[in-house]
Amino acid sequence: MAAHLEVRALRKSYDSRQVVDGLDLTLEPGVCFGLLGPNGAGKTTTLRLCLGLTDPDAGEIRMLGFPVPAKAREARTRVGVVPQVDNLDPDFTVRENLLVYGRYFGIAPRALEARIPSLLEFGGLTPREHARIQTLSGGMKRRLTLARALVNDPQLIFLDEPTTGLDPQARHLIWERLRQLTSDGRTILLTTHFMDEAERLCHRVAIVDNGRKIAEGSPRDLISEHIEPQVVEVYGDGAQVWAERVGRAASERCERTGETVFCYAHDADAIVHALDGDGTLRYLHRPANLEDVFLKLTGRELRD
Amino acid sequence: MLGNLADPMLYMLGLGYGLGAMLPEVGGLPYIAFLAAGTVCSSTMMSASFESMYSSFSRMHVQRTWDAIMNAPVLLEDVVVGEAVWSASKAFMSGTAVFLVAAALGLVASPLGLWVLPVVFLTGLAFASMGLVMTSLSPSYDFFMYYFTLAITPMMLASGVFFPLEQLPGWLQAAAQALPLTHAVALARPLMNGEVPASAGLNVLVLLAYAIVGLTVALLLARRRLMT
Repeated sequence: MAAHLEVRALRKSYDSRQVVDGLDLTLEPGVCFGLLGPNGAGKTTTLRLCLGLTDPDAGEIRMLGFPVPAKAREARTRVGVVPQVDNLDPDFTVRENLLVYGRYFGIAPRALEARIPSLLEFGGLTPREHARIQTLSGGMKRRLTLARALVNDPQLIFLDEPTTGLDPQARHLIWERLRQLTSDGRTILLTTHFMDEAERLCHRVAIVDNGRKIAEGSPRDLISEHIEPQVVEVYGDGAQVWAERVGRAASERCERTGETVFCYAHDADAIVHALDGDGTLRYLHRPANLEDVFLKLTGRELRD
Repeated sequence: MLGNLADPMLYMLGLGYGLGAMLPEVGGLPYIAFLAAGTVCSSTMMSASFESMYSSFSRMHVQRTWDAIMNAPVLLEDVVVGEAVWSASKAFMSGTAVFLVAAALGLVASPLGLWVLPVVFLTGLAFASMGLVMTSLSPSYDFFMYYFTLAITPMMLASGVFFPLEQLPGWLQAAAQALPLTHAVALARPLMNGEVPASAGLNVLVLLAYAIVGLTVALLLARRRLMT
C-alpha cells in the first residue's frame, strides 16, 4: 500500500528566513505520526504545504497519491484537518456547522444527515446538537472541530496542537478519540508541544528544528538511543550545591535549569541513596521520556 | 437586514415627501418617484458594501472561516466568488424591498420596472466585488471608514441618486460616468418610469466590468494575503 503522505526535500522560506529546510517525511497508512519541534521550527508551515495552502520553494509532496499543490484539491477530499485555532462558524449551531462543512466535500445532504448522530457521539456533543457555538466551552469547541474533521470520512487527518489550552479531562477525551481513529486504520499527522501526548499517541515521531529533521523514530527507540534510561529531578534551594558536591559525580549527565537539577543515569540507585541520606531536598525519580530527548536535542534556550 | 432597510426607506420617504412637497418636477418626475429609483440603487450599494466588507472581513480574518473552507476541496477563487454572490444576494433583497415599497406607493409606472430586479443584482455584484478588494487589503474594521468616506458617500451624491446629473458642473458630470452607481441609476430610473434606458448596453457593461475586474483584483490580493 502506498504511503499516505510523502514529502521529499521540502523547502520554504518567508522573508529570507528558511522556515522549512530540506524536510523528508513518509507516513505509512494507519500510522500516528508526531511532528515535534520548538516554536518556529516550521511545523505549521509544513502542514500548510502538505495541504496545498501555500506553495513550496522546492521539493515534492504527494498526499494520498496526489501531487501537491497540483492536485491538492482532489487530495483534500479524503483529508481531515483540525487546526491550531478553532474556526467554527458562530452563525451556525453545532449541527449546522457539521452539515455546512460536509457540503464543501460534495456529500449529498441526505448522506450528511445520516452521519450527524455518529459525529455528534464521537465528539460527545449529542445533547448539544442545536446549541450555538458561543455557548460551548473550549473543550467542546475542540471536540466539535475534531468531529467536523471527520465529516468526509477521511483517510488522513492533520492535527495542529490539538490539546493546547484544554483541561485534563478534555485532553484525555481527545486522546481516547485519536486512539480510536488510529485503530480504525486512519493515518494521523500530529504536531504538538506536549511530549507526553506524543509518547502516548504516536507510533513514530520526527523532531524538527530550524526547518530540518534532527531525529526520527518510535518514541521508545528515540529514548533508548538518545537518553540515559533513568532521570532524577532534584528541587529546592540546595539543589545546585548538592549537584556540584554529590550529584554530578553520581550521574552520567547532570544539567541545571533554573532551580531544578536533572540527573541522568543508567542506574539511579546511588543518586537516590545520596538524596535520601541528605534528606533536605525534594526529588522525582522517573524513567526517561520524550521530553528529555527533545530538550537534549533542541536545547533549553527560549525560542522567540 | 431590517436595519439595512430602515435607513434608506426613511430617507426616501422623509426627503421624497418632505422635500418633494416643496419641489416642482425633478427630472420630469415627482420628487418621490425620482428619489425612489435612486434609493433602490443606493440601498443596494450600501447593502453590498457592508456585507462584502464588514461581514466578509469577519469571516476571513476574525473567524477564520475562509481557512476552514479551504481545508476542504474548495479553492480560494470559490470562496471569493461565493462571498461576492452572497453579498449580491443580500443586496438584492435590500434593493428589491425598496422597489416593492416604491411599487406599493404607486411609483412604478409599468411592468418594465421588473427589469430593475436583475439590475439590482448586477449592481450588488459590482459593489460586492469592490468591497472584497477593500477586505483583502484591510488590516482592521476601521480601514473601511476610508472607503465609505472617500468613495461611497461622494459617489452617492454625484450619481444622480438625489438630484439629476445635469445639476453637476460639466467636469463632474463627465467624471460621474466612470462610477458604477451612475450606471445603476441610469438603468433603474427609466425602467421604473416605464421607459427603456437610453444606453442600457453601456450601463450593463460598466457594471459587469466593475464586477469582473473587482473580483479579479480581490482574488489576487486575497491570494497574496492568505496563501503566501
